[in-house]
Amino acid sequence: MKNLVEVKNIKKNYGKNEAVKGISFNIKEDEILGLLGPNGSGKTTTIGMLLGLLKPTSGEILINGQKLEENRIEILEQINFISPYIELPKKLTVKQNLTVYGKLYKINNINERIEFLSEKLRLGGLLNSITGELSSGQKNRVSLAKALINEPKVLLLDEPTASLDPEVGDFVRSFLENYKKEKKISILLASHNMNEVTRLCKSILMMKDGIIIDKGNPDELINKHGRKNLEEVFLKLSRSKNELN
Amino acid sequence: MSLTRMYGLFLRHFYLITRSFPRVLDLVYWPTIQITLWGFISNFFATHTTYYNNAVGVILTCAILYDFLFRTSIGFNMLFLEEIWSRNFTNLFIAPMKIGEILTSLVATALIRALIGLIPAVLLTSPLFGISILDLGIFLFFLFLSLYLFGITLGVLVSAGLLRYGPSFENIAWSTMFLLAPFGCIYYPIEILPELFQKIAYLLPLVYIFEEARNILINQTVDIQNIYNAFMWNGVYFVLSIALFYYSFNVAKKKGTLINMGE
Repeated sequence: MKNLVEVKNIKKNYGKNEAVKGISFNIKEDEILGLLGPNGSGKTTTIGMLLGLLKPTSGEILINGQKLEENRIEILEQINFISPYIELPKKLTVKQNLTVYGKLYKINNINERIEFLSEKLRLGGLLNSITGELSSGQKNRVSLAKALINEPKVLLLDEPTASLDPEVGDFVRSFLENYKKEKKISILLASHNMNEVTRLCKSILMMKDGIIIDKGNPDELINKHGRKNLEEVFLKLSRSKNELN
Repeated sequence: MSLTRMYGLFLRHFYLITRSFPRVLDLVYWPTIQITLWGFISNFFATHTTYYNNAVGVILTCAILYDFLFRTSIGFNMLFLEEIWSRNFTNLFIAPMKIGEILTSLVATALIRALIGLIPAVLLTSPLFGISILDLGIFLFFLFLSLYLFGITLGVLVSAGLLRYGPSFENIAWSTMFLLAPFGCIYYPIEILPELFQKIAYLLPLVYIFEEARNILINQTVDIQNIYNAFMWNGVYFVLSIALFYYSFNVAKKKGTLINMGE
């Protein structure tokens, strides 16, 4: 499998504060990479750099073989993002929002795409509803539809199931698993839900204080650190001094 | 009634003001501008009581022109602010849109918004006051175009500030037009301003636009030089505003404003 995302020794400084201190990783096709770490560890900064919203102080990001810095627009056509901290315009209907983003991503046959996504994400009865009047779970599925409107090769997910009830959370996780398998896309999943990460990710990066302090698949990490589950590994690493492996 | 609780609520707002320079500026700014603007207007009417005798519609025409400028500028800012308020800003900036595409789209939308507001105002002046702004003739188009360009320029400048400094720059967005109003000589000729203010006013396109509107309506003549000067200054400021917007975008990418915009 080829690497769709290649991150090479990226650093990000805000003045004297080093938010990300030279990290490197790859994400293959058909792979979900978990990005874990306590608050302030540099996860959001890393995602911001991958989205082209932040310019790395040094280092290089390649998406599908193209340098992000030099091919921002071409790359943004191939990626998308979902986070509970950003929303779609509340006064527009679901269909209007998806149509707007379909246009921004220059999607042909927008209506077909919306129909396909609404069927997959159980949005059929919501297309004419006002986005701001939807429940958290419904809004989450609409945001996911927006994130998939351009059939991204790379999907960045920041806490995709935060504040969802267990049923909707499970639906979203199953959907992501199936969608990744079907479309062979790369997903970067930043989450504090360790069960979610254990279920979805074959490999994990553990960040703390702007560096990657450990990596591996969930079982390997659990065995290596002699803990019962990933949450305990997370707690151990978060509370320990940084250790590069 | 608890003094402590009331003091707590006072502190909540006091802390906010002291943490944000644009908010402090906002407090000082409005009274100063209002006093300055109305001071000049009062001064003018006290010393030139017969100036508008033969042109009843001049003030109203200038008010409509100024409102068009105001609507264009605020309209542009509103489009940008709407994305921040709805927390959609990040979605917009991770879409594969070039900065030029974003600006062009907002410029066109701002024009449509301004025209929606302008047309009823223009249509109402005739039956209500017996005045038609169309008396300005073909030159009305050039005056509107010039005002539109300046309104857009101010909108782009404020949006650049929002990109660079984040939502706290919002207050400035609302007040730019009022800062320029005294220098724009909307309701009085430039001679009424002190010399230093006149020098500043001549560096803005507004004074040429409003001087020319009055010239056409009162003297029934056209001074092409005024229209030319307005477009020349508009060109200068428009290019500067676009350059500043690109610069602010790059600074925002370095400082991280784009990912914190909704917070």
